[in-house]
Amino acid sequence: MAEKLKLNRVPMDKQAPEIRRQNPNEVASGYTYEQAVEEAKRCIQCKKPGCVPNCPVNIDIPGFIEAMAEGDLPGAAKILYATNSLPAICGRVCPQETQCEQTCALGKKGDPVAIGRLERFMADWARENQEESGIGKVSLPKGTGKSVAVIGSGPAGLTCAADLAKAGHNVVMYEALHLPGGVTAYGIPEFRLPKGIVQAEVDYLVNVLGVELQLNQVIGRGATVDELLSDGYDALFLGIGAGAPMFLNIPGENLNMVYSANEFLVRLNLMKAYLFPEYDTPVKIGKRVAVVGAGNVAMDGARWAVRLGAEEVYIVYRRTEAEMPARMEERENAKEEGVIFKLLTLPTAIIPDDQCSVKAMQCVEMELGEPDDSGRRRPIVKPGSEFILDVDMVIPALGTRPNPIIAKTTPDLETTRYGTVVADETTGKTKKDKVWAGGDIVTGAATVISAMGAARRAATDMDAWLKN
Amino acid sequence: MNEIIVKKELAPKIKFIEFVNQDIARKTKPGQFVVVQMGTKGERFPITISGTNRDKGTVKLIVNEVGRSSQKLGALNKGEVIDNVAGPLGNAAEIKKFGTVLCLGGGVMVGPISYEIAALKEAGNRVIAAIGARNKDLLILKNEIQALSDDFHISTDDGSEGYKGLDFLRTIFEKEKVDRVIAMSVATVTLRTISELTKTYGIKTIVSLAPIMLDGTGMCGCCRVSVGGETKFACCDGPEFDGHLVDWDLLESRKRVYSHEERLSALLDEDQRKGFSSSMCRR
Ligand SMILES: Cc1cc2nc3c(=O)[nH]c(=O)nc-3n(C[C@H](O)[C@H](O)[C@H](O)COP(=O)(O)OP(=O)(O)OC[C@H]3O[C@@H](n4cnc5c(N)ncnc54)[C@H](O)[C@@H]3O)c2cc1C
Ligand SMILES: Cc1cc2nc3c(=O)[nH]c(=O)nc-3n(C[C@H](O)[C@H](O)[C@H](O)COP(=O)(O)OP(=O)(O)OC[C@H]3O[C@@H](n4cnc5c(N)ncnc54)[C@H](O)[C@@H]3O)c2cc1C
Ligand code: SF4
Ligand code: SF4
Ligand code: FES
Repeated sequence: MAEKLKLNRVPMDKQAPEIRRQNPNEVASGYTYEQAVEEAKRCIQCKKPGCVPNCPVNIDIPGFIEAMAEGDLPGAAKILYATNSLPAICGRVCPQETQCEQTCALGKKGDPVAIGRLERFMADWARENQEESGIGKVSLPKGTGKSVAVIGSGPAGLTCAADLAKAGHNVVMYEALHLPGGVTAYGIPEFRLPKGIVQAEVDYLVNVLGVELQLNQVIGRGATVDELLSDGYDALFLGIGAGAPMFLNIPGENLNMVYSANEFLVRLNLMKAYLFPEYDTPVKIGKRVAVVGAGNVAMDGARWAVRLGAEEVYIVYRRTEAEMPARMEERENAKEEGVIFKLLTLPTAIIPDDQCSVKAMQCVEMELGEPDDSGRRRPIVKPGSEFILDVDMVIPALGTRPNPIIAKTTPDLETTRYGTVVADETTGKTKKDKVWAGGDIVTGAATVISAMGAARRAATDMDAWLKN
Repeated sequence: MNEIIVKKELAPKIKFIEFVNQDIARKTKPGQFVVVQMGTKGERFPITISGTNRDKGTVKLIVNEVGRSSQKLGALNKGEVIDNVAGPLGNAAEIKKFGTVLCLGGGVMVGPISYEIAALKEAGNRVIAAIGARNKDLLILKNEIQALSDDFHISTDDGSEGYKGLDFLRTIFEKEKVDRVIAMSVATVTLRTISELTKTYGIKTIVSLAPIMLDGTGMCGCCRVSVGGETKFACCDGPEFDGHLVDWDLLESRKRVYSHEERLSALLDEDQRKGFSSSMCRR
């Protein structure tokens, strides 16, 4: 196979920063066939692959890469889709550097195999070549006559619904918003994950697997979980995510031009406010924007701000770059696009102007002390370091927590003090009869692939229980 | 689902719409609202529910055509379908026997207040109803509200019918003991004026707030208001709050944030809309 170890991965084409700053289109263009095969050939086909155990759904990574290296794309697609139903999404948004690629054998000496990029290439090829890849063809088993309600249409809901439909159950998926996809539709921007890809996954679920999709259904406000169960569902899966935004709890947080990252991203991704006034939903943009936080959500907010024409965009973070939870690729993209990282900085107040809007943000400098329970060094305030950051828009991106609507209306559903639902880690079973849960609603804000892994485990358990 | 079965004009630009949606009709209680979204390019906007017909599975709305979205909804005719309606959203109004309740509805919110009045009557309250509008041509549901309530008053901003302004409420409060005031209006200033007035009389006052909303389910924080010094999301913690605790300046300023975009959107025709470079309108 690989004659000589190639230390560097095949680079992927990207839009140049000065160009992509001005459009909402996908930044990375993906490998060509030749590039993909070349990168696939770098994999040394380890007997004991380090990559597989570090993928939350344990994709047979050497397997699909070997097929690719041999030019057998249908074979590679088959292996990939056997464990991951949303590879076009995962290939683009997984934090590979802390998962599969982190433990790739090649990483010791050079670049790890670009597993995510290969996965993306395969998924895009399979979607665009439905006939040849055979991913559209499924033979559904004879119906079991059992019906399942899946609440939420994010990665968890989509995965659970697909697996249960393939097992022959009737699946109805309920979504609160007017469009399906969860965070992949409303949170992750077009420039990282084109919305057509999410739509294609949903179409497959509905048109091929026969899942019934019911939009605009806020379970708990409309029908409750108990009502759905007494209406005849045999089992129910909660994949409702953790979508409620958190704020800083500092003075001035309710001023105009302070947007939660969720609001900013929903306006832009779900409602397409960047096309206002052709689309009806507006959004504001400041000249100097501070995004507070350093996860994927913060990077997405900052990079949208750049694209809307903000002159200066800051990521304000109380620790250092080493502790940033955002994917490495997005941190680098953000920097290339001119986002300024204001590290070891903690906002203490947002200062109003006379229009009840943002005039500036007051901050203090931090330094790192002893490690805390997360193992990261705890940031502490440097005395007397107050300063004013000259910004006219603030976007808190401090993470999200579960929306309490379902917990409040389902009395016997056990939840933690963070509002997450208590469920068995290996089966997704909650303490409530006939109810399973998985994804961000159980773990708090996490990743697409971990939500899918949890949903798959729950679907397996639900299927076994339903057929028993 | 969502097919319109009754459409009427109640006053200039004020439309009554009754549409079929069993799920919403079955669950709705007074005080709750729906979020409507139309066409792939439409925005999500809230409309308070004015009543339901459980037997027919229908939901009633009253819409004031003030801008692009409300005009799109108001333009739909009987037999047409509203693309997306989510609801019921928000908490139901607190309905129980309070004694004497003064219910005040302004503009289109006379519709939703009639729904609350009916429930309050059923709970055994004496209800004094007061409805208001900018002028006499915009007053709606006069007969219906009069028939529902024990005592009935009309007020207009310009005095063209009934009392001029809200000062007449003082005479009521001085004459009889009112246990609670419930006020609904899309106009913040009306709610504020009433709350400030009832505070001097020490009468508990519930107001239905209408800040700008986006999802209406608690996931964006766009609708946040400050009540008693605490930040609340009006869509899921409200929309009804104690009027004496609301930070009115904040609410008023947050409602004005898109006034430039609203004006712009109202001015453009369809072709202009497409041609307009989006970055141009942002500053
Ligand atoms: C801006 C942003 C960027 C991110 N970037 C990445 C990334 O690069 N890589 C990565 O791996 N992860 C990323 N994540 C995290 C990842 O998207 C989530 O972990 C994942 O989407 C969780 O999936 P889920 O299905 O559990 O929940 P969600 O995707 O949140 O889906 C839940 C769905 O349930 C619906 N729902 C909620 N309540 C109800 C109800 N009462 N009734 C009916 N429906 C309801 C919601 O509307 C939503 O559609 C990002 C998250 C955000 C917000
Ligand atoms: C909880 C809630 C309940 C509501 N109930 C009703 C109802 O039952 N009937 C009804 O006709 N309207 C109701 N509204 C207001 C309605 O949602 C807005 O009128 C609508 O969104 C305006 O959109 P537009 O595009 O037509 O006008 P825009 O172009 O957005 O605005 C036109 C004008 O309307 C004002 N406006 C916009 N949004 C609001 C708002 N949220 N509150 C007050 N004024 C606003 C603007 O300041 C502007 O002057 C409610 C709003 C909320 C938040
Ligand atoms: S799903 Fe994510 S972690 Fe697993 S192989 Fe693909 S990119 Fe790596
Ligand atoms: S660890 Fe790296 S080199 Fe080894 S099989 Fe996995 S991808 Fe290939
Ligand atoms: S409208 Fe989004 S949280 Fe209330």
